[in-house]
Amino acid sequence: MAGDVLLDVQDLETEYRAFGGSQVIKAVDGVSFTLEAGQTIGLVGESGCGKTTTCLSIMRLLPAGARVTGGRVLLEGRDLTQLSDREMQHVRGNEIGMILQDPMASLNPLFTLFDQVREPAYHHRGLRGGALRERVLSLLGAVRIPSPEVRMNEYPHQMSGGMRQRIAGAIALSAAPKVIIADEPTTSLDVTIQAQYLDLLKGLQRDTGVGLIFVTHDLGIVAKMCDDVMVMYAGRTVEHGPVRQVFRQARHPYADALLRSVPKMGSKEPLFRIEGQPPNLADLPPGCAFEPRCPHAVAECAQAVPPLLEVGPRHTSACIRSVELAAAGVAPSGAPGAPGATSGDGGEG
Amino acid sequence: MAGEPLLEITDLVRHYPAGKGLLGLGRSKGMVKAVDGVSFAIGTGETFGLVGESGCGKTTIAKLVLRIEAPTSGQILFDGRDVARLTGKDLLAYRRSVQAVFQDPFGSLSPRMRVADIVGEILEIHTSMTPAAIATRVGEVLELVGLRPDQARLFPHEFSGGQRQRIAIARALAADARLLVLDEAVSALDVSIRAQVITLLEQLQADLGVSYLYIGHDLATVSHLAHRVGVMYLGRLCEVGDSVTVSTDPRHPYTQALFASALPYQPEDEGAGDEPVPVLGEVPSALNPPSGCRFHPRCPLAEARCSAEEPVLGPIDEAHAAACHLLPLTVGPRR
Repeated sequence: MAGDVLLDVQDLETEYRAFGGSQVIKAVDGVSFTLEAGQTIGLVGESGCGKTTTCLSIMRLLPAGARVTGGRVLLEGRDLTQLSDREMQHVRGNEIGMILQDPMASLNPLFTLFDQVREPAYHHRGLRGGALRERVLSLLGAVRIPSPEVRMNEYPHQMSGGMRQRIAGAIALSAAPKVIIADEPTTSLDVTIQAQYLDLLKGLQRDTGVGLIFVTHDLGIVAKMCDDVMVMYAGRTVEHGPVRQVFRQARHPYADALLRSVPKMGSKEPLFRIEGQPPNLADLPPGCAFEPRCPHAVAECAQAVPPLLEVGPRHTSACIRSVELAAAGVAPSGAPGAPGATSGDGGEG
Repeated sequence: MAGEPLLEITDLVRHYPAGKGLLGLGRSKGMVKAVDGVSFAIGTGETFGLVGESGCGKTTIAKLVLRIEAPTSGQILFDGRDVARLTGKDLLAYRRSVQAVFQDPFGSLSPRMRVADIVGEILEIHTSMTPAAIATRVGEVLELVGLRPDQARLFPHEFSGGQRQRIAIARALAADARLLVLDEAVSALDVSIRAQVITLLEQLQADLGVSYLYIGHDLATVSHLAHRVGVMYLGRLCEVGDSVTVSTDPRHPYTQALFASALPYQPEDEGAGDEPVPVLGEVPSALNPPSGCRFHPRCPLAEARCSAEEPVLGPIDEAHAAACHLLPLTVGPRR
């Protein structure tokens, strides 16, 4: 790692306006993170926590009715929120690539693989003729499409699900971007294909030094792929830090509970449950959004949105009781056992 | 097994004709062997988990058990009676005893019916209870799954995904089901909600003694929820056993590769080299499954006889069996 800061997202705020603007929903509320070359950050959280909206805000691909209302997105020092649409078009696919969840929907069924993989290289890198063909062949080879010379003239429907997702990866890499945003890229894949795909992405990252943003709800993917993790809840960051540190000792009650609610292979230990439902974004409590579900909530929690507090090196938690609970040796989630109880061996067969 | 076998499946086969073209008038290109000789049993109060990649036949087994499809050959015994031969009253009683919960709680509940009707419908069909008694029972089962009885008058859209899945479970349990077929029943739920529903399922099983056939692709969830696990590959079981044993000491090369592909629970320790996942390629078509052992083209250990002879499920120890030529099929731990 130890690269330069590629992407610096500062205090990003994004709103959705519903019912003709009579209702404003803050989907992303003051999210900040940085991404270095060769680094992978995982954005995790449950549906509606704002992780996908964060990415769409970075790419400026928000749907109608949504807009960025605050903050900056600096790509190598340039604020993407201030670019014209034309300039932004030069960023998308060129400097930031994107891999989406559903490979069937992200490929055009009417064009050959060659046409689709070549496009970013053609438009952004100006490659033509033999050089373009070479580029496409090497990309298809890099994502391990067998016999690329033949396959590149075929259509998406002739590929399996895993191959389609690898092709989406080849398209994202086509113009050699500095950052790739992968939004749940493996949810539709089988475990074996998922493992192959994740290994492939890691290998490509080693070779190209691309920075990866992984949006996922699967903590296993974070454990396998990421250097840093940012846990989001109701549009806000609740915990942010190096993956090993967060998994070893999560400091926010929600992050800790989330880690404990995942079944462990071959273990019959009862799962930890967070009672209740995630809050309605249109009607958030005035204080900490997790306060109604939190076992350690005190009166103060309901009064103001807690700031992100430093709880370790590069490790922050948005809980006013983080330090106090750790000092008392209490698990933030309220689970029995010491705070480090989520650690243990990998649990793999 | 946790008790007497409630469901006993023997040599179950389901083949589908493939590629007959529009209207089924074309010439058949052969048979897709979706399920090809599967046997297992589920005891009372037991959870049997089925895992495997897409197309391995696990959902076809669910359909056969639910009698949505009829087997090509083989037998399903429920309480000792052949399910395929049930008719009339007996069939109705079977349908009452065996209920399903599906993956998508948004697609499986009618948006036009109130929860009271969704859950009460099964009682109207299967019992002669009065409307008042049905309403009381609906309230009871809603409480059982952690909802409030007064929520019975609401429509499905007024609930979150996790609550809807609770409604689907309440519906399945309303008429005293004895076996629930759970096809990816928690896959669509968020992590914290998934933990709630898994815990609920475990609680209900402990209280009611209901059996589960759990079908899933998330290996950690299946290993947590199931007492025994069957690993399927191209229509056949390649390994069956106690879920903790199978997930911590898998013996079939396919099971080993499958579990090695599972995502880690924790990040690897600093400095620990990434263990490369065995590159396996993709599942061949069930239309023309490979000769001999169906896994041999992807198997790192395949020998000559693997492509010639089909291995049968043989015991490793009392609670564990695998179908592989290379296994020392003897009692006792490996090495």
